[in-house]
Amino acid sequence: MATAHSKSAARLMIAPAVFVLLVWMLIPLCMTLYFSFADYRPMRGVFETWIGFENFIRFLTSSSFLSSLVTTLQMVGGILVITIAGGVLMALLLDQPMFGQGIVRILVIAPFFVMPTVSALVWKNMFFNVDNGLFSYLFQGLGFPPYDFLSQSPLLSIIVIVAWQWLPFATLILLTAVQSLDSEQLEAAEMDGAPALARFRFIILPHLSRAITVVILIQTIFLLSIFAEIFVTTNGAFGTRTLTYLVYQRVLESQNIGLGSAGGIVAVILANVIAIFLMRIVGKNLDN
Amino acid sequence: MGQINLNQVTKSFGDVQVIPPLDLQINEGEFVVFVGPSGCGKSTLLRLIAGLEDTTSGHINIDGKDATTLPPSKRGLAMVFQSYALYPHMSVRKNIAFPMRMAGLDEATQKAKIEAAAKALNLTDYLDRKPGQLSGGQRQRVAIGRAIVREPAAFLFDEPLSNLDAALRVGMRLEIMELHKKLETTMIYVTHDQVEAMTMADKIVVLQAGVIEQVGSPLELYHAPRNKFVAGFIGSPRMNLIEGPEAQKHGAATIGIRPEHLGVSKTAGLWQGKVGVAEHLGSDTFIHVHQTGLADMMTVRITGDIEARHGDTIYLTPDMDQLHRFDAAGLRIE
Ligand SMILES: Nc1ncnc2c1ncn2[C@@H]1O[C@H](COP(=O)(O)OP(=O)(O)OP(=O)(O)O)[C@@H](O)[C@H]1O
Ligand SMILES: [Mg+2]
Repeated sequence: MATAHSKSAARLMIAPAVFVLLVWMLIPLCMTLYFSFADYRPMRGVFETWIGFENFIRFLTSSSFLSSLVTTLQMVGGILVITIAGGVLMALLLDQPMFGQGIVRILVIAPFFVMPTVSALVWKNMFFNVDNGLFSYLFQGLGFPPYDFLSQSPLLSIIVIVAWQWLPFATLILLTAVQSLDSEQLEAAEMDGAPALARFRFIILPHLSRAITVVILIQTIFLLSIFAEIFVTTNGAFGTRTLTYLVYQRVLESQNIGLGSAGGIVAVILANVIAIFLMRIVGKNLDN
Repeated sequence: MGQINLNQVTKSFGDVQVIPPLDLQINEGEFVVFVGPSGCGKSTLLRLIAGLEDTTSGHINIDGKDATTLPPSKRGLAMVFQSYALYPHMSVRKNIAFPMRMAGLDEATQKAKIEAAAKALNLTDYLDRKPGQLSGGQRQRVAIGRAIVREPAAFLFDEPLSNLDAALRVGMRLEIMELHKKLETTMIYVTHDQVEAMTMADKIVVLQAGVIEQVGSPLELYHAPRNKFVAGFIGSPRMNLIEGPEAQKHGAATIGIRPEHLGVSKTAGLWQGKVGVAEHLGSDTFIHVHQTGLADMMTVRITGDIEARHGDTIYLTPDMDQLHRFDAAGLRIE
């Protein structure tokens, strides 16, 4: 891959893919950008091409923007905490020799293949339902009154659903990291007098730090655009309106495409800021 | 401190018995080397002593106390691994400090001990580096440093030099021997390199398939190998083993003669053969002799140089005082 010839050949070969990707991404982005400076409300027949930054000002100063930003951060943060902690735990468990290891591993990965809409519906109707949900039965069996998860702690409910979907991803990445740990290091630590908890804290966790940052980076990028799970369960009510969902409401429910587009651009900028910030951390972590 | 006794120790992995019942006594301050072919159970035996593997049956006593069920950290032993097993995210200083930190020693003592170990092992300039920024020899020294600061009753080494190049290996070998002289702590050293075994050991334990074939000082093993296996394993080049009528003349099933105990002549001698490959080392020459009618190939070691071309006829005469005789079971006949 090092010669000048092979380099230019490589460039030529990836050119079509890059071109398609650019068109695929750039056209929607440019249109969004174009609409964000326009007053465009098709249902009322309004279309004014240039109104300056008015859409942006309206979007950013509305009270729902700030609250949606907070909700987004809470949701992403909550899911990250659960998936990382759970993923580390699962990875350590799956690394133990046990009967039927192969099948167990496949089962653990399974949730990742379930479509978000489907899994959210299953959670909503099978587990969270007040009248027939499994949790309700469980609570009743234990002598507690049934608890309406989706209306009483809706944010937590969505966090649980999405965390369940992403746990396999975190587990998988962390499991490969756990398996790459030199067992002699753990044995050396054991001989050095480190009990199990200290071995986890001083040997395993530092070894996993890179994998953890990679999981955080990838998940954050995907989690910023959670939509189906909110749409299916709470419809954005009860403080579960994330930035993505707010944009959707502005465009489709209020039929204000200009305002929604401005929100979309804001979301893109914020996502990029976070991504660059995370990339920096990962880069630093991968350096040493 | 540093006396280790193995009493009828066995080890099985599943159905496979890797170590049949084994007794071994290691005295205080001794440098004991385990040698044997690959897969004979040297590492397993060392790990049993360290506590990293559980014994299937039998007892391990350390300093008179039964340590069979003690966890590794409670046995007071330190181990140096083949892969060094340094903690990659910690600096050299932190690596060396780790066992002391786990033991809860205060900062001042830790610091003093780190400085002392670093000075003894020539690591002072590297204390703030990460293991990834060190050469193989330096890493090995850090691993030894980490072992020293614990002031263990005994050091366990599992092929610590096998990842180093030949020159460095000789250097580190001397360093470990000097360390042993200075600390006078028991050391158990696993290797399959018999030069290391012969030069370093006070006592060599020769293992084959988990069975101790012989225990003794290097020279005992060289001069009086207890059986054919030890005779063939200790010494380089290997001892020539001869079976058949020639052996029966000496009242044995097998006779053995080391390459350095064969006299060579181009004109006359007891045995006749054809020169195969001659390996010239400068100080010594190893000649491979074929068609002797005694064994497939015999090796002769000659001090200095000799003019020997491929296919030349050559005569060999053994030094009868140095002849080893073995019976049909392979045991030595005195
Ligand atoms: N965890 C294990 N499970 C099953 N068998 C094992 C295990 N560890 C070692 N063995 C077997 O035990 C035998 C002895 O292994 P050991 O590692 O002690 O050999 P060794 O003498 O150290 O060899 P080498 O010189 O190659 O390091 C081998 O046949 C090996 O296959
Ligand atoms: Mg070994």
